[in-house]
Amino acid sequence: MPPGYASSVEYRIALAQVAPRLGDVDANLTLASEWLRRAAAEEAQLVAFPELALSGYLLSDLVPEVALRSDDARLLALSREAPGVTIAIGFVEETDAHRFCNSAALLRDGALVGIHRKVYLPTYGLFDEGRFTRPGDRIRTIPVGEPLGRIGLSICEDFWHASLPMLQALDGASLLVNLAAGPARAPGSAAGLAAIAGWHKMQDTYALLGTVAVAFCNRVGNEEGLTFWGGSRILAADGSVIAEGPLYDEALVVGTLETDDLRMQRYGLPLLADERVELVRRELDRIIAARAELPPPDSLDPEGG
Amino acid sequence: MTLPPLPAIEPEGAIGVITGFIRSQLEQTGFERLVVGLSGGVDSATVAYLAALAVGADNLLAVRMPYRSSASASETDALRVVTALGCRTELVEITPMVDPMLSLIDGSDEATLVRRGNVMARQRMIVLYDRSASFDALVAGTSNKTEALLGYGTLHGDMAAAIAPIGDLYKSQLRAVATALGVPSEILDKPPSADLWEGQTDEGELGASYDDLDRILFALVDRRWTVQRCVAAGLDAALVAWVAQRVARYEFKRQLPPVAKVSLRTPGIDHLYPRRRPGSRRGS
Repeated sequence: MPPGYASSVEYRIALAQVAPRLGDVDANLTLASEWLRRAAAEEAQLVAFPELALSGYLLSDLVPEVALRSDDARLLALSREAPGVTIAIGFVEETDAHRFCNSAALLRDGALVGIHRKVYLPTYGLFDEGRFTRPGDRIRTIPVGEPLGRIGLSICEDFWHASLPMLQALDGASLLVNLAAGPARAPGSAAGLAAIAGWHKMQDTYALLGTVAVAFCNRVGNEEGLTFWGGSRILAADGSVIAEGPLYDEALVVGTLETDDLRMQRYGLPLLADERVELVRRELDRIIAARAELPPPDSLDPEGG
Repeated sequence: MTLPPLPAIEPEGAIGVITGFIRSQLEQTGFERLVVGLSGGVDSATVAYLAALAVGADNLLAVRMPYRSSASASETDALRVVTALGCRTELVEITPMVDPMLSLIDGSDEATLVRRGNVMARQRMIVLYDRSASFDALVAGTSNKTEALLGYGTLHGDMAAAIAPIGDLYKSQLRAVATALGVPSEILDKPPSADLWEGQTDEGELGASYDDLDRILFALVDRRWTVQRCVAAGLDAALVAWVAQRVARYEFKRQLPPVAKVSLRTPGIDHLYPRRRPGSRRGS
């Protein structure tokens, strides 16, 4: 039986802000296992690892060499090491159709609970992801049982598109988990700090407007000339910061959510309940048609009613 | 009119990132030591300070390689760095390597200054790579971003290195980092020079101050401004045009040579791998 809604329940989250080794799946499985043990000792109920934690980031043509099926025995074995703990971890996934995706698996007790395939693969500036991996085509939430209900997984760049976290909030997520491999740009300058501030603004805004808790796990370490900046954060559903990791250094970032915070936030700020999804859909249909230079959908009166 | 800004830097942050980069590169390649060519100038002094901070002075070999026309102050300043850091050092005179080579080729000593300068830079590269093999180390490069963008360096000479710790620092940023590292003021305050011939200074040769060049490069490169916008913002029109042209003209120095593609899969075109992967580490 779920606990009565009036009684607040604690939910403990650990973010493993680690530095994976490029291209070395076995070494990264060992690394994940070590940090999972540390997180379990902290009584974490959910442990998140960064984007591509099992492979490293700048893979180029190593993609097929490090790819795993989502039911790979090594992934499932990892999750058996911490009974009852939910694990979110990034890896290169190879589907049955040999589609190679930048994916996040949600695992518990030796089973795959759900998966998210990175929808937005940045292929501009210093990023070249779309050249080596294929995008996901689903934005869903994953049921994880009480007390959270549903989790919305996303990967790094996915968060730069507000539609994705907002859809997950509308779809019932009480927690958004973003796994990231964010390289520092202009570190040691105001521009570099502004780039990090951009990530903070996003997380704050999604928590506030989605009335949803946010966990952001960003990796650290170096690959080629890139330095990953860490700064992992856990935010409550009112946008307040519960825990924050250091910049550039490995750390286990632990924080505790109170389910009552979400409940009271949604009572006081009923944004999700008030959201006019049918209106949003109608306007999106119109915009989609207009962008394709097609006539407006039949059901729409383009002049309004 | 307020001119567009110089590129800013917060030295402590940059030092943390660069020393982390150096350690990570050594770890990935399986080396523990570094070799740097120490000229007595601010660029190589800064690399030596960063290297010593990253791996310890015992693991740093600073090689001084004067030519007969090198300023005597250069040697004095190089030794200041060695003394301050307590790193290892060697002196290798390159005159008896450079002069016979040029006279063998030419039958005379009449090589142009630029040819002679290039031979000197490449001779130093040969010495550094030889010392790196002997010291079991990687060669740390001393090219900065301003030089790289302007093509003000010798291909396979001073531009040759295993890693480029200051390759993304403009000269003005590098000075701020050098100051924070404690590089001696004698080195910081003297006019930058490649020291290839007597009286040479970078700013004399380039025809503009590093601050003016950095202001323009930062606008053109980092902020992606057009030449027109730079000029409208008050930057010198002739200098902006000259800088933009140099950046374009020397693009080839910043890239590997193009490969004529005749096969199904070609290194550098569609055979793309990280420089280091499992099994590629030395000794693995």
